[in-house]
Amino acid sequence: MRIISQIGDWFDQRLQLAAPIREVAEHPVPRNTASWFYVFGSAALTVFLLQLVTGILLALIYVPSASEAWSSLQVLNHEVTLGWFIRALHGWGSNFMVAIVLIHMVQVFLFGAYKFPRELTWIVGVFLLLMTLGMAFSGQVLRFDQDAYWGVGIGASIASRVPIAGPVIVKLMLGGPIIAGATLSRFFALHVFVIPGMLIGFVCLHVLMVLKLGINEWPMPGRLVKRATYASEYHELTKKAGAPFVPYAIWKDLFFAAFILLAVAACALYFGPFGPTGRPDPTIIQTVPKPDYFFLWLYALLSLLPPSMETPALLIGPVLVIVGLLLLPFLSGEGEKSWRRRPIAVLTVLLIAITLGTFTHLAGFTPWSPHMSAWSGDPVPERFLHGATALQRQGALVFQAKQCRNCHSLGELGGQRGPALDSVAVRLTQDQLIRQVIQGGGNMPAYGKNLSPAETTALVAFLETLHPAGQAPARDASRDIVLRESSAHP
Amino acid sequence: MLNENKISRRGLFMKLGIFFNGLVATALAVPVVRFLMSSITRGRAGAYLSWVPLGRVGEFPEGETRLATFRNPYVMPTDGKTVDTACWVRRVEGDQFQIFAVNCAHLGCPVRWFPQSGLFMCPCHGGAYYRDGSRASGPPERGLFEYPHKIENGLVTIQAGELFTPGPSAALTGKNPPCA
Repeated sequence: MRIISQIGDWFDQRLQLAAPIREVAEHPVPRNTASWFYVFGSAALTVFLLQLVTGILLALIYVPSASEAWSSLQVLNHEVTLGWFIRALHGWGSNFMVAIVLIHMVQVFLFGAYKFPRELTWIVGVFLLLMTLGMAFSGQVLRFDQDAYWGVGIGASIASRVPIAGPVIVKLMLGGPIIAGATLSRFFALHVFVIPGMLIGFVCLHVLMVLKLGINEWPMPGRLVKRATYASEYHELTKKAGAPFVPYAIWKDLFFAAFILLAVAACALYFGPFGPTGRPDPTIIQTVPKPDYFFLWLYALLSLLPPSMETPALLIGPVLVIVGLLLLPFLSGEGEKSWRRRPIAVLTVLLIAITLGTFTHLAGFTPWSPHMSAWSGDPVPERFLHGATALQRQGALVFQAKQCRNCHSLGELGGQRGPALDSVAVRLTQDQLIRQVIQGGGNMPAYGKNLSPAETTALVAFLETLHPAGQAPARDASRDIVLRESSAHP
Repeated sequence: MLNENKISRRGLFMKLGIFFNGLVATALAVPVVRFLMSSITRGRAGAYLSWVPLGRVGEFPEGETRLATFRNPYVMPTDGKTVDTACWVRRVEGDQFQIFAVNCAHLGCPVRWFPQSGLFMCPCHGGAYYRDGSRASGPPERGLFEYPHKIENGLVTIQAGELFTPGPSAALTGKNPPCA
């Protein structure tokens, strides 16, 4: 034992780190911050460290070359011992990191921790969030498969819409005129050197400020933050009534960090690594590219925005959000911290969470996309053809052969781009059906040039049979009058 | 105090040292920025675009639309399969062709041709185009991108080399087909 302490003393004489480390560890914190609500920051740091370690491990095998990357992932998945597990840890670690960073941010927002004097801690945190999302996107590109390839294409298409500078930004982003070797190399440089380097620097700054300014005290309704008095009030809470961070508060951080690591490992073990999907070969166009989980809401938003709104929303929206987040501590730097007295803050969080959740949920089954193989894969349900005439059956054939089914479902099978047609005859009269098929409209293409008159007649005859039993099809009342009158006065 | 206006020898050397470093940094910044910008400057000189043959005219039946592939003219050794590009070739009749990029004019996903309904459909956000490339429905604000093309010695040749994106492209503007 004496030898160990002698060695320790020898090092400390030279490093002189023991005293500052002890000071940091034992700095007093307000007693009620030893809470399970205060563990997300350290959990994010833990997952970040996991990402650093697993990232370096992956770099031992991964080849950042457009011609080799995909195969090197196959090697990792199938040949290197436990390569699949390291990939899975890194992939799930990324999902967990985004999630924990977001939860951390919500907690900090609802607990008013961004208010005086922690404005800069919040601002650095906003940059940390942006970098985390940058890591998530660039990491998805490094998994150089079909989704990654077309994902970069979507990124380039968005970037190209910037006025004037668009084409320049695209070439800078792709490293050339197309998505190719240089594109992957530059995303590799971003993902492995540039963003992690900045992340490490900003994380250090973030943690340093938390230590220097002290952890946010538990917000009490009615205890308002005032610039003039905050420092002395906080001093009261820590120096007089506080408790040392180690061991008073840290044990909860330690437990939660271990739990999160265990959860990442469990997901990695159970669900395995993400992809890679098909080879990044642009001549294979039978693909349905989709972004990773945390960008699905954006994927949904891009198909639901009116076309004319899209470019402004894409270019101005993110700027507004980021500027808003950066300005937040200056707009409400003082006052009430407790979420119990900040209903608008709570509603804002709920609104954003529900919006993002809904978009993400919608992107799971993409009701806006045609089902590319519904026309040949989903037969017309038998009940729609019972007792049908030859003409109506021919119409059902036209309905399938002309890919109507890709956008319109029958019996809950088929695309959801257009309305389900199970009871279309109740909504549209014969004339309206013909007009809709031939001229299109309301987001439906016009089929006039692709249907012969005989095909149109058959198709509409079939569509007219699509109404629930006991509910009459729609008909044009004036037509009967016209017919009656014309027969009365020949 | 006399010293206030006087520059000491060491102070002068420090200022000179900072100035000297600034000078060297500026000089070094020039090649660094030129290196970083090379992918843009090269494109401005038109070095990315070339005429690429797609195949004999006879390979494309009249009145039909077929998928053709070509190798991007600008290739680096590490590009792998990414330089192989697909495009939709529509032979209207005789020597009259329309050659479309596979990239949807919305966000660049690959559109597929359905000859039965005469539509190009995009799997991502549901864009659809008629056989002449004009917009039929969905989020795209314009028709499909078209490659400039010509027939040379019986070969269908296109001017290619840059990814089509919905914003204004520097070199290839792509004719804007009449919107439906």
